[in-house]
Amino acid sequence: MGKAMIDSGRLIPRNGAVHPVRRDMEYKTSVLRSPDFPLLSLESTKTEETGPVFGHTSLGPLDNDLILNWSKGLASAIGERILLHGRVIDENGRSVPKALIEIWQANAGGRYRHVEDTYFAPLDDNFGGCGRTLTDAEGRYQFMTIKPGAYPWPNRGNDWRPAHIHFSIFGHSFGQRLITQMYFEGDPLIDRCPIAATIKDRSQLERLVAPLDFLAARPLDFLAYRFDIVLRGRRQTMFENKTEGL
Amino acid sequence: MSAKVSNFQETPSQTAGPYVHIGLMPTHAGNAGSYDGEIGVSPFVDGVKGEIIEIRGAVIDGQGMTLRDAVIESWQADADGRYPGETGADPCVTGHCRFAADPASGEFCLRTVKPGIVADRAGVTQAPHISLWIVARGINQGLSTRIYFEDEDNGSDFLLGRIENKNRCGTLIAKKTGEASYRFEIKLQGPDETVFLDI
Ligand SMILES: [Fe+3]
Repeated sequence: MGKAMIDSGRLIPRNGAVHPVRRDMEYKTSVLRSPDFPLLSLESTKTEETGPVFGHTSLGPLDNDLILNWSKGLASAIGERILLHGRVIDENGRSVPKALIEIWQANAGGRYRHVEDTYFAPLDDNFGGCGRTLTDAEGRYQFMTIKPGAYPWPNRGNDWRPAHIHFSIFGHSFGQRLITQMYFEGDPLIDRCPIAATIKDRSQLERLVAPLDFLAARPLDFLAYRFDIVLRGRRQTMFENKTEGL
Repeated sequence: MSAKVSNFQETPSQTAGPYVHIGLMPTHAGNAGSYDGEIGVSPFVDGVKGEIIEIRGAVIDGQGMTLRDAVIESWQADADGRYPGETGADPCVTGHCRFAADPASGEFCLRTVKPGIVADRAGVTQAPHISLWIVARGINQGLSTRIYFEDEDNGSDFLLGRIENKNRCGTLIAKKTGEASYRFEIKLQGPDETVFLDI
């Protein structure tokens, strides 16, 4: 943990239209866990505009390789080997270097290594299911992993999650904090998933569906998928007082 | 018709789901050893200046049940109201912490240094506060709120002053329960619903 990065300018207000609805009758758990009252909308303050900075020293060399990190490099996880890569930019179109990306996922059979997951698909002795990395100077990141399996979950009579990878992104300010999920191009379960369907704008949901990136695949080794991420940006106008340092 | 201003929109959120601990707090998921060093274990290190406090509480749903899968992140200033990275900030304050609801009781505990008054832009002051970001299964977009303190002067705080229904200000104020200990309950619904922020 080093110094916080203090970019100047207020954060651009969130656009609710790109995000999922907070309450959706088809995603039953959301019904009792979503506020009834409107949120209090305010201009960002120093509190939201600052945030911790994560250094390369706190990450290990295998942290972004989910095929090898659970076994500490001794054996490979089972599953379809993939490279997952992309870029983090902000709403101003600027790359976000040193963003912390943390991912977690089920194994190839659709089972999570979590004390609360009781699905009877077996655990893989060589798969933990989490990875983390920092973006480079151009905002790029990459992970090696296996394609996760679909899994059933209690909601409606017969609900299945499409194959997905959970993403947590920490940019330069606490107000940019974001957690989302990445899906895979061509998966027929996306259209049947009530969690994906909490995003009502189809074009926004499509932004979470990573295309196959065949040019980035390595022959006889792995396929590749590309997932780009946009974090909140800063309002930048000539009339904003930028000389106060914050 | 007009030319388009190029614009980039924030990536849509999705729920963190019930297994978020695997990614953010692997030890809590039962996966100790996933990493050498987890992130956000404590918001301060030894040698910190100020009062160490404990804030206990729970996230409570619309039927009064505690969320046993919730994960909360906090971000705060040091005892003098300076954020990490600002000139003069306490180098022993990292400011960021992750804590989870207990899987049996749903209770959480944040052990931290009590923050000071924050001087913001153009003479705006903020009473001592800790910013929270709450994720869990069923929460489609992380919820933001703040903890203020019962034993501080909150009267001139910028944010509390913007809450129209003054009866709701209390939902952001931690109750003192003892020497250096507080209670803060986060109610997702109901007449005492916590004020959540779009900020
Ligand atoms: Fe999942």
